[in-house]
Amino acid sequence: MAAVLSRGDDPPQTPPAHGGTARPPVPPWPPASGGSPPPLSARAFGCWLTVYRRIWRSSIWSSVLGPLFYLGAMGLGLGTLVDRHGTASLGGVSYLAFVAPAILAVSAMNTAMGEASYPVFGSVKWNKIYIAAQASPLRPGDIFRGHLMFMTMRIAMNAAVVTMFMWAFGATRSAWAVLAWPAATLTGLAFAAPVAAWAVTVTSENSFAYLFRFGMMPLMLFSGTFFPVSQLPGWLRLLAYATPLWHGVALCRALSLGSGLGLLGALGHVAYLAALAAAGIWAGARTYRRRLYV
Amino acid sequence: MSSVSLRMLPPTGRLARMRRVGSDVGSLRLIERHARAYRHAWLVFASGVFEPLFYLLSVGLGLGVLVGRVPGPGGHLIPYREFVAPGLLAVSSMNGAMYDSTFNIFFRLKYAKLYDAVLATPMRPAQVALGEIGWALLRGTIYAAAFTLVMLAMGLVHSPWAVLAVPVAVLIGFAFAALGMTGTTYMKSWQDFDYVILASMPLFLFSATFYPLGVYPRVVQVIVECTPLYQGVVLLRDLVVGVVGPDLLWRAAYLAVLGLVGLYVSGRRLARLLLV
Repeated sequence: MAAVLSRGDDPPQTPPAHGGTARPPVPPWPPASGGSPPPLSARAFGCWLTVYRRIWRSSIWSSVLGPLFYLGAMGLGLGTLVDRHGTASLGGVSYLAFVAPAILAVSAMNTAMGEASYPVFGSVKWNKIYIAAQASPLRPGDIFRGHLMFMTMRIAMNAAVVTMFMWAFGATRSAWAVLAWPAATLTGLAFAAPVAAWAVTVTSENSFAYLFRFGMMPLMLFSGTFFPVSQLPGWLRLLAYATPLWHGVALCRALSLGSGLGLLGALGHVAYLAALAAAGIWAGARTYRRRLYV
Repeated sequence: MSSVSLRMLPPTGRLARMRRVGSDVGSLRLIERHARAYRHAWLVFASGVFEPLFYLLSVGLGLGVLVGRVPGPGGHLIPYREFVAPGLLAVSSMNGAMYDSTFNIFFRLKYAKLYDAVLATPMRPAQVALGEIGWALLRGTIYAAAFTLVMLAMGLVHSPWAVLAVPVAVLIGFAFAALGMTGTTYMKSWQDFDYVILASMPLFLFSATFYPLGVYPRVVQVIVECTPLYQGVVLLRDLVVGVVGPDLLWRAAYLAVLGLVGLYVSGRRLARLLLV
């Protein structure tokens, strides 16, 4: 327990202004038996699981049918036109094989941004789950990490569905494609952590309209998803190389096609995405503390 | 006691005349309210113009190069960006109207309690429905006009019939705003909005927006031809490309009927929800 309490995100050492006392001791977990307790963030995660158990039915449709529709319309429908015109600029593969891993990465980003924006803000402002969690022994860092675990779970679930569809559509070209699933989950996490860290500081839900319109939308269209980045003019291409989605798409595509990227290149993409996720986790612990310790 | 019950009677004389006058402009009052409320968020409003711009840019720079030329209205081969631009205009009219009439109205209905306040005035639920749809259309008109101007500037318009693109886009918006609003009156929680996305996404992807109908087998073609967005896409594409026939009239009538039915049902449903 001492180890749990002495972690880096403890409250500031100065006592609260209202003269509050130390936080109540954490009850043992599981309640009646021995063993070391799981981290507190696991309990915050448990709270989100409880919520999700009640609402999964409605989200399952858009999680399953969304990627199916996209693969069908873009890969098969539009693919007919592209393949007829020639796919030399795609590296000779069919448009379906080209676009499917990109849809995987994009859907990971969409899930991440959806789960990390309004739900985080709503937990402060609308249904106040964070405020309730604050009244428990959970600290802001636990609340953040617990929610981030839940987001990662949702990203991994949706990415698993897309990966299976890719395989069922015959869009994969290599056994490495199984690794596209964790790669997409990492891509999602690289978006979820920084966005959640920012979303908790937001004061009006209008800010999310800008995030989706000027962040998600251009990323989805110009990160080498539906057409190769090499078709962009020079300065825009450099901008695309700098975006996390391009790294996610390039990584997923190389794994799905089994070519086009050496080990070093793949590790480079992984390092970029992992660094972004780590930065988000670091920042989130701080922004949550600033917002939730009043 | 008698004076108390007298107050419950419907007002007569001057007050009743005021109420009648109020009923004529009631929906305009709601539109005015939204216009004033949006003054604080005008940037959100204005930024809506960028979305079609991004789409057109990505088609012009990327997909257009990959696809080349496709058979357009009347069977002529046209560049892909000219084929897809009117489709995107139809989609953006649908999305804008659906967004306005589902998420925003649900928020006003359940959280902001806006309509409870509105109905404390002489306004009636049917006027609320009309006002909300009027507001959605006003927004849609601005976006459609901006989109058409961008198309013109990018050289994607070749026919004078394209001046009708804005009213037709507004008609598409009307049909979907009325349908969306009817749907919203049946919603219970934010989770139900997954079904809105579930309805609009296949329409967006499969209504011959991104590729000609000929790609599909015949059975799928018939299903697609029954959907409202497909009719809107055909209307706009024929007008912008300039291949105009009498079939466009019944396509427009289909959308108008859909909108009117939705308007009527949503007014009735709002009245039931708000216990008027």
